[in-house]
Amino acid sequence: MLLSGLAVLLAAISLLWMFQGIGGGNREFILRLRGGKLAALITVAASIGVATVLFQTVAANRVLTPSIMGFDALYILLQSVMVASMGSAGVAGFPDIAKFLVEVGAMSMLAALLFGMLLARRGRDIPRTILTGVILGVMFRSMSGFLTRIMDPNEFAVVQAASFASFNHVDTTLLPIGAALTTAAIMIALWLSPRLDVMALGREPAVSLGLRFDTMVIGALMLVAVLVSVSTALVGPVAFFGLIVAGLAHGLTQSARHTALLPAAALIASILVVGGQWIFERIMGQAATLSVVIELAGGIFFLYLLLKGRIR
Amino acid sequence: MITVEGVNHQIGSVRILHDIRTRLPEGRLTALIGPNGAGKSTLMRLIGRLEALQSGRITVAGHDLATTRTGELAKIMAILGQNTAIASRLRVAELVGFGRWPHHKGRPRPQDRDKVSQALEAFALTSLANRFLDEISGGQAQRAHIAMSFAQDTPWLLLDEPLNNLDMAHARGLMTLLSELVRGQGRSVAMVVHEINYAAAWADHVIAMKDGRIMAEGDPDTVLTEAVLSKLYDTPVSVGRHRNRPLVLHHA
Ligand SMILES: Nc1ncnc2c1ncn2[C@@H]1O[C@H](COP(=O)(O)OP(=O)(O)O)[C@@H](O)[C@H]1O
Ligand SMILES: [Mg+2]
Repeated sequence: MLLSGLAVLLAAISLLWMFQGIGGGNREFILRLRGGKLAALITVAASIGVATVLFQTVAANRVLTPSIMGFDALYILLQSVMVASMGSAGVAGFPDIAKFLVEVGAMSMLAALLFGMLLARRGRDIPRTILTGVILGVMFRSMSGFLTRIMDPNEFAVVQAASFASFNHVDTTLLPIGAALTTAAIMIALWLSPRLDVMALGREPAVSLGLRFDTMVIGALMLVAVLVSVSTALVGPVAFFGLIVAGLAHGLTQSARHTALLPAAALIASILVVGGQWIFERIMGQAATLSVVIELAGGIFFLYLLLKGRIR
Repeated sequence: MITVEGVNHQIGSVRILHDIRTRLPEGRLTALIGPNGAGKSTLMRLIGRLEALQSGRITVAGHDLATTRTGELAKIMAILGQNTAIASRLRVAELVGFGRWPHHKGRPRPQDRDKVSQALEAFALTSLANRFLDEISGGQAQRAHIAMSFAQDTPWLLLDEPLNNLDMAHARGLMTLLSELVRGQGRSVAMVVHEINYAAAWADHVIAMKDGRIMAEGDPDTVLTEAVLSKLYDTPVSVGRHRNRPLVLHHA
């Protein structure tokens, strides 16, 4: 019911996005341009929404997001390491898609290892987990900062482009592979839904019910890593947006079932991003940037959660 | 039967359990007693594979914990830890419904729904079925958690201080229900009991632990004596009798 409502809303906004103010001349070109961007926005939004819900389930916490824990910073660091070690010429010679796949693979391994360890050790101690994640994020960022400083300007430009969020300049070369990865990751997450429901109970009840908890944690974190890699590669890091989406998904579905939560998160995120981008690009004529507004709203929501003591 | 052989456990450099070797009889209600920090919860958690075994061997109904898949174990034993906090926001009926998960893996069948309603009924939760867990009292939530383990419908039921938060009537109701499970359905129950007279009144077998060791074990009449209990709790205790069972008195 809710899901079909959200789907209809998204369809309506997408139609608006595609056909609003379309002139007589060169319709085909405009439609192709808009269609590509729409697909990219939905891919990114769905990735962030689903990744955040998954991550909050693994962390048993409603305040954490992959970005707060440094996932996207890790991805950018990986990118800097690649560029620094191969040189921009080497990276340019290397096909984009192959490079991206290598990054996604490395990212999944590292994220499962690093965050799996972190959550296994400190899973219950939330303030400490947040603090460690924030410190990791800062570390990753300063390490990539250091690498960019010793790079030559061409290499720097490659990394620089990846380090700032922008919904205006979506990197569409990676769109087909990114969309495919996102779709696959979301399908797997949906298939794992019953197990995710059990995992959400917490480690002890889940183990008691016979879930292979540690395997599930690693699997879920790898899915999160793939989704964050896609969204970061396409638009750059977005810290707090996922928090709003996951909060809305939980609030609107009033359910702990991932068969409802995951599609709801994907749809809500897409509605917010496509709708927001439509307003900013077509109505306000680029006067403001969607990513900034989203981050601001998300940041305020994060503070609200913390101040309300809703840290669990 | 549950067998525990040569189980040691340490956290950091602190030894919590010292070479534990014991048996929990089948078709009986076993009570684990002992002062705070004796290691009762740790032993329970090791048996229930909530904690990884560091040394020794544990079998439950003939299944070695080290070699049996956790999904199989979930059909043999249900364990409810001492800390029952749940991460997700659930309704009572949903929580109890998870007890059937080991059997249906996410696709509840009609018989699963029946078991859930039976569990809700047995723990007087039917009228609370649609309430969220954070909107009911601590004792009601405790009952919901026990009902989930009950719905799991396993030959073994392990409960760590299930009487926490329960008022006298519900505590008694739970003990009656558990002894009915044992006597009527031949199931086996092991529970950590804080209030010793519940063990005295209902247990068939008592294991007394102190400082990570088993100090005494056997039927209630041999374990719940003045000599054993005074030493166990380091405090003078007198034991009377009531309805042909021990009655422990600890007011001076
Ligand atoms: N996470 C932990 N870290 C350090 N010590 C612990 C931890 N959990 C339990 N202990 C110690 O292990 C001992 C046994 O604890 P526990 O099994 O919970 O006892 P009981 O359930 O009998 O009260 C206690 O001395 C306790 O302080
Ligand atoms: Mg205890």
